[in-house]
Amino acid sequence: MNNKPRVAVHKFSSCDGCQLAFLNLGEALLELAELVDFAHFLEAGFVDAAAQVDIAFIEGSVSTPDDAARLLAIRANSRYLITIGACATAGGVQALRNLADAAAWTAAVYASPEFIHSLATSTPIRAQVKVDLELWGCPVNSRQVIAAIRALLFGVAPVTENDKVCMECKRRGNVCVLVARGEPCMGPVTRTGCGALCPSFGRDCYACYGPAENVNGAALANRFIGLGLAPAEVARRFLSINNAAPEFNAVGRAWQKAEPHDG
Amino acid sequence: MNQVLSYLPRPDLQVLIETLQAAGFHCVGPRVVDGAIGYGALDDAAQLPWGVTEMQAPGHYRLSDSDTPRCFAWANGPQALKPFLFAPRENLWTSRREADGGLHCDETLPEAMPLAVIGVRPCDLAALALHDQHFLRQAVSDPYYARRREALFLVAVNCTHPAATCFCVSTGDGPRATYGYDLALTELDDGYLVEAHSERGRAIAAVLPLAAEEEAQVAAADVALQQAADSQTRRLPGTHLQAPLFANLNHPRWDEVAERCLSCGNCTSVCPTCFCYSAHDQPTLAGDLVEHYREWDSCFTQGHSYIHGITLRAETAPRYRQWLTHKLGSWHAQYGRSGCVGCGRCIAWCPVGIDLTEEAAAICGEVAPA
Repeated sequence: MNNKPRVAVHKFSSCDGCQLAFLNLGEALLELAELVDFAHFLEAGFVDAAAQVDIAFIEGSVSTPDDAARLLAIRANSRYLITIGACATAGGVQALRNLADAAAWTAAVYASPEFIHSLATSTPIRAQVKVDLELWGCPVNSRQVIAAIRALLFGVAPVTENDKVCMECKRRGNVCVLVARGEPCMGPVTRTGCGALCPSFGRDCYACYGPAENVNGAALANRFIGLGLAPAEVARRFLSINNAAPEFNAVGRAWQKAEPHDG
Repeated sequence: MNQVLSYLPRPDLQVLIETLQAAGFHCVGPRVVDGAIGYGALDDAAQLPWGVTEMQAPGHYRLSDSDTPRCFAWANGPQALKPFLFAPRENLWTSRREADGGLHCDETLPEAMPLAVIGVRPCDLAALALHDQHFLRQAVSDPYYARRREALFLVAVNCTHPAATCFCVSTGDGPRATYGYDLALTELDDGYLVEAHSERGRAIAAVLPLAAEEEAQVAAADVALQQAADSQTRRLPGTHLQAPLFANLNHPRWDEVAERCLSCGNCTSVCPTCFCYSAHDQPTLAGDLVEHYREWDSCFTQGHSYIHGITLRAETAPRYRQWLTHKLGSWHAQYGRSGCVGCGRCIAWCPVGIDLTEEAAAICGEVAPA
């Protein structure tokens, strides 16, 4: 019908929240539809999972045998593959099972666990196939998604946002909740992109955008101990939504071991 | 010098605000915001932080109430004048695709409203002078900064309550304001000694309900400022550290501080003299219009040293070294003085409490006076 770039939005193991970065665009979604064709986007009513596309957005982690097989086909059909959100980029909160006995959890939660076919681990898309761009966040926001598409339409590489949340927090004129209130804010190790949303409302960052570049989790964890957190509480700060991100995982597990009563 | 009309009784502080407003200025002054002292709109002297004092230590800042009758009984909060003049994020120009395929660019200069800032500390005036030098007195001056700078009226308040993190005495920038202001106040228990230092300042002072100052008031102010100076326990190991810093580029302390440093950029963001920025283009979805922004950057980010596919300072040790050697060292060659005014913000607002004076002393050792 035309030469518009073709886009697919695929869902893996996730809550669907990152796809809302598209659906929440409002009028801009109509504008976007003028620029690209959506070949596959179940939540928006487009169904062609096997379509050849220019950009495939992937939400969700690899968590089931079906996920793993489906992902290989999508990679083969896509020019650029972009992960959206903590699940696709770091394994998501469901990667907490990587640190536990997943089968025991399944047995404890489900009345008939024999119907559950999940892998022992939840892994990011990058662990299976080549990823061209990763957009962090739980969830990602519309600004990030649009910036990536716009850059590719221009034929340039999208800008990587990897500064700490603190940079944006200070630009917004927020008073530091860690220094002025002693809150265990994860901003100093967390990737920017959210607009320092939580500190702007007076609460501490909980690292939903994953690790920034060149993070020093060990030093921040020591500071949290100094603020009065117990080792298990420090571990939970790092082993949360992005627990499987290596920079957070190492710090969290070290403090988990420091607390004999916490797992 | 005796019987100069320069004493403003405390109830008449409101007259100062109203006089500045009548002269066309929007007034801002110290307000308690989110647990810290920051600048906010000031219409009524009752909005000032009466009785508020604060405690600062490395990585620590807390306000508390006291029984002082004063409203300037605190040391500086997290931000100086910097955000008023060097905007944290600002659209510099837009470019538009024309029908014939060409590009059309428009400068987006700010509409700067006349702004009177009440409560500026001497360290922050020193920082402002450095920013004036950087933004206005280069080969090309910065029109965005210039517009806001021209619209600025400064009411300094001499510092009688330095924090434990302050060291302006050792940089020569406080606690008494000596330049760069329109009016300066020294707070006493019942009012303010007022000095005018510019034509505009004298014009405002001329219509204030000033009384003759008394010798005891002047003496009390002198004593308070001397006590403020004497109370400072932190200091830099010298006023000119370029030689010792550059002689110690391989000092093991750089790696040691990097183990504690978060490389988060809080120090440079609160520093009243840091002026680094990055530039970004923000296109519309249709791609026909692009807004070009500059925003505060930091030598602690990756982007700051990214050149043609290479990040020159990928790790924290060279980033911290870049900051300290520039701030306290090569700034002398660039601007004729150190880039540090002793405000102590980088110490208090460092999430892990790294102390610039301690690091400088560890790296430079004791430095003979210049």
